[in-house]
Amino acid sequence: MYNRNNLKGWLYLLPALAFVVVFMVYPLIDVFIYSFEESYNFASQTYTGIGLYNYSYILHDPYFLQAVKNTFILVIITVPLSTGIALLISLALNSIKKLKDLFQTVFFLPYVTNTLAVGLVFMILFKKTAYSEGLINLLLNSIGISSIDFIEGPYWAKMFVLCFYTVWVVLPFKILILTSALASVNKDYYNVARIDGTSKLRIFTRITLPMISPSLFYLIITGFIGAFKAYSDVVALFGTDLNAAGMNTIVGYVYDMLYGNSGGYPSFASAAALVLFAIVLTITVINLLVSRKNVHYQ
Amino acid sequence: MDKIKELERKSRARNTAWTVAVFALLVLWAVIVLFPFYWMLLTSVKSYASYNAEYVPKFFTLSPTIENYVQAFTAVPLAKYFVNTIIFTIVTTGLMLIIVVLSAFAFSRLEFKGKNLVFTLFLSLMMIPNELVIITNFVTITNAGLRNSFAGLILPSVTSVFYIYLLKENFEQIPDELYKAAKVDGTSDFKYLWKVMIPICRPTIVTVVILKVIECWNSYVWPRLITDDENYFLVSNGIQTIRESGFGRENIPAMMAAVVVISVPLIILFLIFHKKIMEGVSRGGTKG
Repeated sequence: MYNRNNLKGWLYLLPALAFVVVFMVYPLIDVFIYSFEESYNFASQTYTGIGLYNYSYILHDPYFLQAVKNTFILVIITVPLSTGIALLISLALNSIKKLKDLFQTVFFLPYVTNTLAVGLVFMILFKKTAYSEGLINLLLNSIGISSIDFIEGPYWAKMFVLCFYTVWVVLPFKILILTSALASVNKDYYNVARIDGTSKLRIFTRITLPMISPSLFYLIITGFIGAFKAYSDVVALFGTDLNAAGMNTIVGYVYDMLYGNSGGYPSFASAAALVLFAIVLTITVINLLVSRKNVHYQ
Repeated sequence: MDKIKELERKSRARNTAWTVAVFALLVLWAVIVLFPFYWMLLTSVKSYASYNAEYVPKFFTLSPTIENYVQAFTAVPLAKYFVNTIIFTIVTTGLMLIIVVLSAFAFSRLEFKGKNLVFTLFLSLMMIPNELVIITNFVTITNAGLRNSFAGLILPSVTSVFYIYLLKENFEQIPDELYKAAKVDGTSDFKYLWKVMIPICRPTIVTVVILKVIECWNSYVWPRLITDDENYFLVSNGIQTIRESGFGRENIPAMMAAVVVISVPLIILFLIFHKKIMEGVSRGGTKG
């Protein structure tokens, strides 16, 4: 009887197991192997040696360094900014009764939209063309600032658009999580504080913030991970040739190495992907250590 | 007495000011969220000539046209991208659902050797970013000769460890007594799964399906790696092609028409299921 059960259990599990082994476990091992195989040839599947050359190559590749720089700037700007704005909006949402559902639904809309498609709209809004300065530039002109080419112009302008769009894309998720965290704080705390005449600021820092700190840290951790993996929104704004635009990200570099104009180098791609993984892991561990000290779990 | 009234009046005034500020912030953000959608809709119904004639773009149009939509469907194979995406979404979601339900059932209801070990393995895989495994998958699919095919597009994304976990948790909430009663009646495991567990857990299954559909509809990276033949492009890749080589000239209204066509299905889905989607995402979705 037990044997029959054994067999049956594995049978139900078989499809999932097969796919997980082929498309997750094996690749996970393989990516390490690739990253150490030197001059791997895609067509003949041969390599000349084992070593750290791939890592050394990408760490000296100006495109990779540019991608690392872009990714770090994007992360450092958008993670605090988006978390802060999300907190502000969630607090506002939570303090109203009328229209709360409507606002909440509207704010969540960007989550379900195609990043590539809506990115195109952002590009149009910011782009300077032969016919028009673009809507954003016209707005800038009206307050006395001269036009800026946001899509093909100076680096900081491109970075600004990218950060703006990234915040727009990631905010729905953060607002959703923080609004439900805020709504689940026990109202008794607030009532007691109000009777004691506690100021709004003090209520926020002493009650609200500690109570929602687990959600907040969850968002910061996933925010860091997500921002480090930025790619599709960058493509949406600046096209697929990100190296030429000087706007590549680490993930973009991985894919470019794998496929595309400069592609065909799974070894370099693997090394870059592992460097990214190491960075993300380090940041996540730091986040967890910080959160252990500061997060209030009930 | 007057003093108290004075204080009350002041605090009410402060509250009103506060409410106004709160609503101002919410309206401002709502405008920022909705404006791109309005703009793409607006631009998509402006004619090519009138769009380009407007140095200062108008915020409305009195002569809407559908010429851009006609162009979007005739000048580029938008319908093809659309159908491809629908096939991809349906098949991927369907296969995933079968696989996920079967393994969640095995994990939650059946007893067999090695179950806990495999489950721990699955859980630990949840932390693995897609970027790490995509490289080998690309090589695997390429070597299998599955580039530019639906099999190549679909196969790597038919399992989701996270959804297995989600569904397993839900299955485990069904009381054991039901299972024992069914066993006494001589019901087979499969029939029990089909007739009892799936109907009870329908809300979770619907959530999983919706989230997967959104993910499929928006997927870009893998399709881009694995297809370079337009006949297998999904909408995301299609829109990127339209952007780069599109209509032979910079035809922004037609581009926006394509963007509208691509965005509409998910927006409709969202309008119908927004409660479910938001609930599902807050239970453990992240973007991407």
